[in-house]
Amino acid sequence: MDTSALLASLARLYPPARLLTRPGGLLPYESDGLTVFRARPRAVVLPESQDEVIETVRLCHGTGVPFVARGSGTSLSGGAVPHTEGIVIALNRLNRIIELDPVDRVAVVEPGVINVDVSNAAASCGLYYAPDPSSQPVCTIGGNVAFNSGGAHCFKYGMTLNHVLGLKAVLPTGDVVAMGGRSLELVGPDLVGAYVGSEGLFGIALEITLRLLPRPECYRTVLAAYRSLEAAGDAVSHIVASGLLPGAMEIMDQLAIEAAEAAVHAGYPMDAAAILIVELEGETIAVDADLARLMQVLSTSGAYETRIAQSADERMLIWKGRKSTFSAIGRLSPDFIVQDGVVPRSRLGEALAEIERLGREYGLRVANVFHAGDGNLHPLIMFDGREPGALERAESLAGDILRLCIALGGSITGEHGVGMEKRQFLPEMYGEADIACMQRLRRAIDPQEIANRGKMFAEAIVASPVL
Amino acid sequence: MILKPTTPEEVSDIVRAHRALRPVAGRSKPALSMACAEATMVDVSALSGVIEYQPEECTFTALAGTPVSEIDRSLAQQRQYLPFDPPFSVRGATLGGTVASGLSGPLRYRYGGVRDFLLGARFVDGEGQIVRSGGKVVKNAAGFYLHHLLIGSLGRLGVLLDLTFKVFPLPEAMTTVVASYPTLAEALAALDGLRRSSFEPAAIDVLPPGTLYTRLAGIAETLPKRAEALERYLNVDTERLNGLEEETFWRDARQLAWVAPDAALVKIPVTPARMTALDEALATDGVARRYSGGGEVAWIAWPGPLATLDTLLDTLQLSGLLVIDAAGATRPRLDPRMGVRPGEPFLARARQALDPNGRFTARS
Repeated sequence: MDTSALLASLARLYPPARLLTRPGGLLPYESDGLTVFRARPRAVVLPESQDEVIETVRLCHGTGVPFVARGSGTSLSGGAVPHTEGIVIALNRLNRIIELDPVDRVAVVEPGVINVDVSNAAASCGLYYAPDPSSQPVCTIGGNVAFNSGGAHCFKYGMTLNHVLGLKAVLPTGDVVAMGGRSLELVGPDLVGAYVGSEGLFGIALEITLRLLPRPECYRTVLAAYRSLEAAGDAVSHIVASGLLPGAMEIMDQLAIEAAEAAVHAGYPMDAAAILIVELEGETIAVDADLARLMQVLSTSGAYETRIAQSADERMLIWKGRKSTFSAIGRLSPDFIVQDGVVPRSRLGEALAEIERLGREYGLRVANVFHAGDGNLHPLIMFDGREPGALERAESLAGDILRLCIALGGSITGEHGVGMEKRQFLPEMYGEADIACMQRLRRAIDPQEIANRGKMFAEAIVASPVL
Repeated sequence: MILKPTTPEEVSDIVRAHRALRPVAGRSKPALSMACAEATMVDVSALSGVIEYQPEECTFTALAGTPVSEIDRSLAQQRQYLPFDPPFSVRGATLGGTVASGLSGPLRYRYGGVRDFLLGARFVDGEGQIVRSGGKVVKNAAGFYLHHLLIGSLGRLGVLLDLTFKVFPLPEAMTTVVASYPTLAEALAALDGLRRSSFEPAAIDVLPPGTLYTRLAGIAETLPKRAEALERYLNVDTERLNGLEEETFWRDARQLAWVAPDAALVKIPVTPARMTALDEALATDGVARRYSGGGEVAWIAWPGPLATLDTLLDTLQLSGLLVIDAAGATRPRLDPRMGVRPGEPFLARARQALDPNGRFTARS
């Protein structure tokens, strides 16, 4: 590794304003959405063109210096935490929407484009980009691709992977490769599907071809209040069994309701033990029939109150409350950890009861919001970092929850990715041969392990000589 | 030589013991499973059966050799279905073959293709290791999605052992609006409008010279009204297909029953913007063809030499997959992929990781 040679080359490639090396300039890049991890990189570069990104990666490859690609830094798994020996390639300035093709229903974008800006740009054509992580007003498509981000509408529409049709990427060796295309159909292998979710270990996506969908004619958003979390969870099973396919099914527990209500005044029923948000969308005639069926299911599910959003504003308010929950928890607790493990939907009740028991055992408060249709939990573990040992207790509780998800046949992460945070749990979810195969793929693509080193897999000492 | 393992461990042993291998099962897509004299055929059709199916989870796991028709039946009993509509079930297609060939049917328009419903897989890699990728839950962001490399891999990266899919509730009823246009250009204009409208058809197929088939699915009592709204929107002469006639039409579409045996069946991923150029070239040669998945794929019955089609696809910058050879084709085409092949450098790296000794691509 020859960091000083790299820094000298970078100084020739970038003007001083776009090559940050002083502590003050580096500070904002030291951590991401998961603030418990923090590391100071040797430098941060702010490329403004794809060529600059490619050249930067080639320089890293030539000197063996690790790099971390970064968008808006909203990762909740420590996916964008810098490497202390390496550099950060900040991609926010690569934010062109290169093409919007309403006939093929695709958008071709650079990695720094903000998620919601794709939908905003497509709105004039009556189209939108479906994946909607809660951070969508700030998170970038590049980060979404790296971590296969989810959102509230995954059961019906899938995750980021299902909306990426083509990619142009620079691999960690500096080679530029185009894969996939513009069609929803492909002649395999599905290379794009293997690239998405690789957590930055396969290099940097430079151009991403996204699938756009037509805006639904109408939405019907229903909020149902329950006296128990279990009853809300059971209602979801009944909805699925009734043959309905809602676009979203979200549950919030009492603590989450309290936090969201304090933050954005969404009008949630404050006396509820849990609320269930169900959203139907599509052709009005079909949605109205679905809504009648949904209300029938809810009426026998123990909901003591149901409300149907009467306007677009009311719908947005319901979603604003839900999507602001993470930041709102800050009002209840100085610090928190959020997990996003997945359990089979039919075991949601069991999982929630166990999380509650664990919370009591550890003496920590846990708020729950989750994508109920996917069985994707989001326990928010609250603690006070100033209290000695509190962080360790919270992390230990988080670990117990992940093991619970594995034991129930689920996953350690539904949409946040493994990152720094869950890398020790990956070998608990997969077997040795599975991890070995992943590692072989990683080394075939990145022999020096310079791309986002230390994420997904614990850092290995790389002995291979620099080219 | 054809070997017929009955357990995953036997598959693993076979892979370790041979230098050149080709996995096969139902042989419903002959161009992809034709016996290769120099390679050992690993027939996984004995690895068959559902391992786990909990309807309330909307997922199931089954062995790779399980016939799609068997899955169709089990799911239908629970009023569920595979929304990507895998083809060739009547010819004996298996789940493994469906994934390895990466094929989907007309209903893929609404909710996606095979890549959108495969949640995880177990496979034997080129070194005989049994590898699991993905999971059994509908959402999973842990680890690399190795199983996506197996989608459309044509058996060249590993031998699939079992697969987990997401499924959806089966729509209560379906109806089809058939709209006829004097020219393909007008039918494509209608398709373009429909794709950008708020109608949510389950399937849209276009049959040259100019017929647009739009299938609606949902709660039975809503379908007449939705079909009327669609007919008003299309604003041309239409007829409606219902019941057995409707089912038969789409079953034949899904099974590609219209392809004559003296032609080669080729799948060509396309987009509406590039369909006109493709169609002009095919129409000149009188090639039987059908545009499915709402204009995202062309299925063509190619009557002439494949080299000519290769050239055409290269010129148009399209990819193709030879699925069924023309009757009488004797020499198997070594690589059934045609036209452009994006991503080769990435694929080469994946191959190095999954099959470093090239057992699944070796010719001897």
